[in-house]
Amino acid sequence: MSSVTELEFQAQAAESAPEQAIEGRSQWQLTWRRLRHDKVAVGSGVVILVMVALAIAAPAFAALTGHGPTQQFNSGTALNGIPVGPGRAFWLGADEQGRDLFVRILYGARVSLFVGIVTTAIGAAIGVAAGLTAGYFGGWVDTVLARFVDAVLAFPYIVLALALAVVLGPSLPVVMGIITFFSWAGIARIVRGQTLSIKEKEYIEAARSVGASSWRIMFVDIMPNLLGPVLVLATLYIPTAIVFEATLSFLGLGVQPPTPSWGNLLSGAESYYNVAWWYLVFPALALFITTLAFNLLGDGIRDAMDPRTERIFAAGRGRRRRDREAASAGAAPKDAYGLTGQAGGI
Amino acid sequence: MTIVRFLVRRVITGIVVLWLVATAAFFLFFARPTNTVARELAGKAATAQTIQLIKKNLGLTQPILVQYWHFLDKLVHGNLGYSYLDGESVNTIIAQDIPRTASVVVGGVVLWLVVGLGVGILSATRARSFFDRFSTFGVLGGLSLPTFVLGELLLFAVFLPLNKHGITFIQDGYASPSQGIGTWVGHMILPWVTLATVQAAVYTRLSRGSLLDTLGEDFIRTARAKGLPERRVIFRHGVRAALTPVVSQLGIDVGTLLGGVVVTEVVFGIGGIGQDSVTAVVQDNLPVIIGFVLLAAAFVVAANIVVDLAYALLDPRVRIT
Repeated sequence: MSSVTELEFQAQAAESAPEQAIEGRSQWQLTWRRLRHDKVAVGSGVVILVMVALAIAAPAFAALTGHGPTQQFNSGTALNGIPVGPGRAFWLGADEQGRDLFVRILYGARVSLFVGIVTTAIGAAIGVAAGLTAGYFGGWVDTVLARFVDAVLAFPYIVLALALAVVLGPSLPVVMGIITFFSWAGIARIVRGQTLSIKEKEYIEAARSVGASSWRIMFVDIMPNLLGPVLVLATLYIPTAIVFEATLSFLGLGVQPPTPSWGNLLSGAESYYNVAWWYLVFPALALFITTLAFNLLGDGIRDAMDPRTERIFAAGRGRRRRDREAASAGAAPKDAYGLTGQAGGI
Repeated sequence: MTIVRFLVRRVITGIVVLWLVATAAFFLFFARPTNTVARELAGKAATAQTIQLIKKNLGLTQPILVQYWHFLDKLVHGNLGYSYLDGESVNTIIAQDIPRTASVVVGGVVLWLVVGLGVGILSATRARSFFDRFSTFGVLGGLSLPTFVLGELLLFAVFLPLNKHGITFIQDGYASPSQGIGTWVGHMILPWVTLATVQAAVYTRLSRGSLLDTLGEDFIRTARAKGLPERRVIFRHGVRAALTPVVSQLGIDVGTLLGGVVVTEVVFGIGGIGQDSVTAVVQDNLPVIIGFVLLAAAFVVAANIVVDLAYALLDPRVRIT
């Protein structure tokens, strides 16, 4: 046994150790555990899932009520042309053309959620790619990309969005293109900043010293570390995108009638809310509940990701102390994510 | 002297930026077949010749570079051109619209600063309290409420019932301060609340975060150790240092908003720059669109200069160069 080197000895010791001893928890497991105890975040997640389920089940509800999303019913309006209120026939009332508001809200949810999730996903992919490239390569690549990002973020986007919608003709793909165009820049800026600090770490130097390609370092070594902040940002961008689409549709330059979207439902309600409150209130509630749920969930994920950040809704002892420490340690305050603006247009 | 040099340099770069914006806007809109306006002016039954004639009269048949040259030439002389639809000077339209948009912005800014900073400072000094949790929830609520929804809900829940009961103080549409301050406030209060709700949420969040960071710094501990009263520590030392990000955000917001408070103006029928730019976009009224885009860009450029100057005043470490 004297020939056993120290290394082999350690290896043997590790093998013979009891297996259940200590199990490492990954960052994601820790995040998930913290998130599970955050009642507000869990509740928001449930609300979102219910919304998604309702949106998917929209045709089922159309069949159940016998009201298609664009079908007009004589029974939907009174003789004086005023829409019928909520009741057994029309659960949430009808609109001025005698269409079922409930069914239209559900079909509108399909548009809103689809636009919100898809544009954010594409925007996040572009943002990560651009931010990684700019941060990793630096030099003129960085200068050009960073200035371009600044320009996009500084543009009076609502006017440009309207102009683009007119030039290209308002339609769902155009609206999604416009929203994506304005959503990637914020993500790119955060990713660039994170990349700048990560690429100076020792393990990146180690990867380079064993001959890893730039491509590999960027996507295998750096990118996994960015997923946390990007996930948080994406969750918070989804409601922004939903509001953006609704605003464009409200101004008549988004999803075109008769296809329902929450924005054009509310636009239609504008001239009828004095005689038909349900026409305004229910689509507004659907929009508000959905965006609020995404915002609360995003906030919860952020808190769960970073144990140092302030956790407003999660209970616990020694919070004040942790708060001070977080502040003095320079932990990223919420606004380091650059989310102080509401991209819905004001 | 440094201030003069700073201003001269910034104004020159600002003019270059405006020229770039003007050029980009010009080519974005003119370098495509523009039949919409001519068709609208000519009516549905117009023949191809009539449309061609109208386009010729509007100068749309000339080569694009010639049009661009005429456009720049007029621009240098301070003439933004004339509306396609009624021939009104764009300068006049802008002069009519600015007081309307400014009315909305000024009151909104006051309201949102008072609420946003007040709640932000209270939340930061009472971090973790019930008030703080409640305000954080309110902030997320404010951020989740799209402007047009809030505006419509206010019309529905405030304007309508009040007027039904004969209380006519609160109105929609625009009234100028020259019609009496009371009338002006009555017309503007709902747009102010609408604008301020979203923005107050943003500013609460911003000032709370910034003040929390500042309160963790050494100079605050020093101030407390000196035995200063807490009020003085927070306001004189904390808030002043924490204000810089708020000021920069404020400058950019005011600059952007003066360029048009689009949704709020549309909801309440203010008829300022925001509403008119939507109309111009829909009608394809190019001279008006480009005039508004340039105006908005000019406000943003000016706001950035003001913000940089304000930085130097607020923070003695910042030097203007």
